[in-house]
Amino acid sequence: MRTAHPFRPPPPDRDEPLLDVAGIEVRYGGIRALTSVSLHVRRGEVVALIGANGAGKTTTLRSLVRVVPWSAGRATFNGVDLSPLSTEEVTELGISLVPEGRAIFPNLTVRENLEIGAYLHRNKQAMQESLEDVVKLFPRLGERLAQEGGTLSGGEQQMLAIGRAVMARPSLLLLDEPSLGIAPKLARQIFEAIRAIAASGVTVLVVEQNTRLALEVAARGYVLRTGEVAKEGASKALLDDPEVREAYLGGH
Amino acid sequence: MSWLLNALAQGSMIALIALGYTMVYGVLRLINFAHSEVLMMSGYVAFLVDDRLLGGYQHGGTRGVLISTAVAVVAAVLLGVGIEAFAYRPLRARARGATARIAPLVTAIGVSMLLQSVAQLAFTATPQKFDPRLAPPVGYVVLIAAVVMAGLYALVHLTWIGKAMRAVSVNAEAARLMGIRPSRVIAVTFAIGSGLAAIGAVLYSTTQASIEPTMGSSIGTLAFVAAVFGGIGSIPGAMLGGVLLGFLGELVKFTSFSGMKDAIVFLLLVLVLLFRPAGLLGSARARRSSRRAWRGRARTFAPSTGGIRRACAGS
Repeated sequence: MRTAHPFRPPPPDRDEPLLDVAGIEVRYGGIRALTSVSLHVRRGEVVALIGANGAGKTTTLRSLVRVVPWSAGRATFNGVDLSPLSTEEVTELGISLVPEGRAIFPNLTVRENLEIGAYLHRNKQAMQESLEDVVKLFPRLGERLAQEGGTLSGGEQQMLAIGRAVMARPSLLLLDEPSLGIAPKLARQIFEAIRAIAASGVTVLVVEQNTRLALEVAARGYVLRTGEVAKEGASKALLDDPEVREAYLGGH
Repeated sequence: MSWLLNALAQGSMIALIALGYTMVYGVLRLINFAHSEVLMMSGYVAFLVDDRLLGGYQHGGTRGVLISTAVAVVAAVLLGVGIEAFAYRPLRARARGATARIAPLVTAIGVSMLLQSVAQLAFTATPQKFDPRLAPPVGYVVLIAAVVMAGLYALVHLTWIGKAMRAVSVNAEAARLMGIRPSRVIAVTFAIGSGLAAIGAVLYSTTQASIEPTMGSSIGTLAFVAAVFGGIGSIPGAMLGGVLLGFLGELVKFTSFSGMKDAIVFLLLVLVLLFRPAGLLGSARARRSSRRAWRGRARTFAPSTGGIRRACAGS
């Protein structure tokens, strides 16, 4: 999967993180959903963001695509400050979010859902190539191109949501709980696909409740607790960390 | 046979106007009450261009009607997009919570009244009429409406902007994540709806209705009913609703209740909505997807407590 894109400037500095988040705070009314989240993702990395319910994982991703505004802190992507941008503009920079609950378009066919994913490019030939890539990644979608998105099973809808995001040819893919509500076998398949997407050069930040699955695919991880990063480190270290094991891996 | 054609002609004119209501509702969840005044204004534009500039039937003939229709379509598009930009868009940026739904609705009613009053002042209340010899044959009315609607269908299903429209109408936030700018989609929606209304207005005013400042409230209301009847937000629904109302109106003419045509139409609307609150075609999809969403939620209960949180948030 190619990620080169005419709108995108070449990376200025290979060592600079692709995504750099520094002390982001998000408030919903009077409630602070994120106190201060700092994290970074380097080019080509797969990074996991784990934590319990309400820790602020989803809010972190939603704030990065500017669906919810942050009240303090700073985030840059490829050196570009994200704070003045709208959701559409962030998308144009090359960040794609696969939202929690998938949010596919149920009244559009599978093919149309994928096509709309390539809306940024609106080029018939490039779209056809991306479509073939996605079908290779998720053969089940290929069998169901003419079906309405709403008729797919939960797992297939998740594949469609990921495929739709890949169609935009992002350089950073944000995934919000891709295994949620999906049978373990399908969840594993979906993570294999995420691994393949990453191998093609896409940088990935994945939020997951299924800590083990996420840390098996990611190289590094951050543990979010009550709106703050409580721990960070290599996936292997986190998997061996007694505290992480106790809290998120069921204690064994 | 001619009865059938008449009913179809009536129905397709209603449908052309109903589409504007349903498309705007689809992307904004707003009943654009000013739509009927866009219809009225474009009727005036067509009439004035044809009658005053092109010399009516004597000098302009059919060609005059075609030119004035084109001018009316352009005027309607500008008016519709203008109303959106000046009256609705600023509200969308500012209104929050409960007012986000009510404020635009009240504004729509206000714009509608404003335009009616402006028309009274500018054109007086005296009804104006196209020369009856300019009326297209009934078959043409059906043909024109059918071609326009087929074009709309192609636009909505085959073009990028059409797909973007359908995406915004079902989930605006997800559409933005695809890089779609809702404000652009909304403007295009108003443009298309208003253009269709202008074509409907010319067909109406050349074949039967006179042009007056209040013409919007009679024809527009009928079209609005058709849109709700068919399932507001659904494009095929508006077409079906329009055609059904056309047939209904012609059927009532055979009975001894022909003077009560509108009363019967509204009575039927009340009955239909009692049994199918989302309209004829609106319900099938809405119900199907909500049922699916509910099942999806139920599945999430088992593996994690996330399902419970989401279910509470969703209900």
